Amino acid sequence: MTDAHPHSDADFVSGAKARLPGAFERPLIHRMMPAAIVAALAVPFVYSAVAFGATPARFIEGLTRLGNILSFMFPPHIWTTWQEWSEILEGLGETVVMAFLGTLLGALAALPLALLGAKNIMPFSWLRLLSRRGFDALRAVEQIILALIFIRAFGLGPMAGILAIAVSEIGTFAKLFAEAIENTSRKPVDGVKASGGSNMQAIRYAIMPQALPVILSIILYNFESNARSGTILGIVGAGGIGFLLADRMHAFRWPEAWSIIFLIIATVYCIDAASAWLRKRLI
Amino acid sequence: MTDLSLAIRNFETDYADARKSARRVQAVSTLLFLSAVLFSAYVGGFFAFTDVTLPSGERVSMLKIWAGLPRLGEYLEKTIPTLRFATLGSDLAEWFWRWETWLRLLWETILIAYAATVLGVAGGFLLSFLAARNLSPGRPVSVVVRRYLEIIRTVPEMVWALIFVFCFGVGPLAGVLAIGVHATGSLGKLYSEANENIDMRPLDGIKASGGNWFQQMRYGAVPQVIPNVISYTLLRFEINVRSSSIIGYVGAGGLGQEIRTAMSLQEYTDLSALFVIILFSVTVIDFLSERLRHRIIGISEHWT
Repeated sequence: MTDAHPHSDADFVSGAKARLPGAFERPLIHRMMPAAIVAALAVPFVYSAVAFGATPARFIEGLTRLGNILSFMFPPHIWTTWQEWSEILEGLGETVVMAFLGTLLGALAALPLALLGAKNIMPFSWLRLLSRRGFDALRAVEQIILALIFIRAFGLGPMAGILAIAVSEIGTFAKLFAEAIENTSRKPVDGVKASGGSNMQAIRYAIMPQALPVILSIILYNFESNARSGTILGIVGAGGIGFLLADRMHAFRWPEAWSIIFLIIATVYCIDAASAWLRKRLI
Repeated sequence: MTDLSLAIRNFETDYADARKSARRVQAVSTLLFLSAVLFSAYVGGFFAFTDVTLPSGERVSMLKIWAGLPRLGEYLEKTIPTLRFATLGSDLAEWFWRWETWLRLLWETILIAYAATVLGVAGGFLLSFLAARNLSPGRPVSVVVRRYLEIIRTVPEMVWALIFVFCFGVGPLAGVLAIGVHATGSLGKLYSEANENIDMRPLDGIKASGGNWFQQMRYGAVPQVIPNVISYTLLRFEINVRSSSIIGYVGAGGLGQEIRTAMSLQEYTDLSALFVIILFSVTVIDFLSERLRHRIIGISEHWT
């Protein structure tokens, strides 16, 4: 039977290979590409490691110290007097309060601004684009820089932190709210208009009922994220638990510092759980 | 007829009850919310008074927030540099008088963000397969890795920076590690969510032809998630540039240390100069990374 075929299998395969090289193996340049990309990405990393003095000796020393610090984690430090506890709990409460009020104020200020930036409400494109750029500029300022500025004006304490959260959230909220408002359906608006409603009534009865669940969920999400990041505001003195944490760290009271970190994590868990419950109830 | 009217009456009473309880819930929750707001405002010091000396020399007591507003205006006004059109060149030179240092530190800031992103990608990518519920070799492993990722991203970068500055000394190395640890937590979560949304059939195919767990991940899962991974990574790089520009405030390298110096030496115009530098570079990096993201998504669709 084999004699009937002039070509053996090997010949057939090599013939096919000659005709369709791409079907058998990828061209060299494609095979080299991943390696080349990895190498190109690794060069700046290695350079930075050298430039930043990441020598093995320094790593060993640093990791030994880190291990030392981590060993203070267990058993966790438990404060014995109510005075110490109340200080820590006040700090934690202050962080939560700052996140709550800051997020709320930011949302209240952002809602009217969002209407300016929404395509289906604001007919003048120049005003819309202007307000959008304004939101971008506001978002570009770091919360901690705002906190530093507000500390100069309002003094050390939670007020500076609340205002920093509020102002930095205005930009984020206004952008996200505007997008939520733009993503609503036009049909209810037409309905309100057809039955003789004014523009304000169309916003109130046709757009807001659609956008409000999304807006609430954005607010809750940002509240969670502010409760997490609120810790760092205290490090610069804008109120909250961060101040106590930085203080313990600077004094090398690591067992207490770890306990504070654990309490922060526990608080964040509670807030996440509460906001998940609230989200389920409201939306 | 009587049946119907009875049903209607029942409905009306039920409806009234439901309305009543809904109203009660609403009233209670509104009350709770308002008291929470008032309590927060009280804790935040919004009702606190402070003594202020007026320009006329008179001392009055006024709300703290009201007293602070003019100071805020003054502070911001001081940061505005004097730029005259006639002497624009020299005015700009005076505004950016430390441009050599700032440029060097800007470079350091971007390098910190880059190196931290590399660390975050390496850690997050490896852990994401263990954390994903559908890919993890065992449920306990996935639970432990998830908790670990959660904890390291709940602790803010600034706190990690304080810890690493203590361990590794003042300098950019501490910043790289701090941002890298935090980025590992965030990226690990995002990657693992991408992993959970993949099609499992390719993995089954590899398993059926005798592939082990690593081969299943490498040839079954990775090709599906790569576009998402790249997109998240670039977004994270943008975030890391922002973080590394302030992390120097606690001594972890980058432009942040200049912000701290300018703040404490009350070099107001330096602050605005630094702000302009950071804003400009962040905008440029965001723009480039967005372009790159769109291109890479295009390429990956073409290749795979």
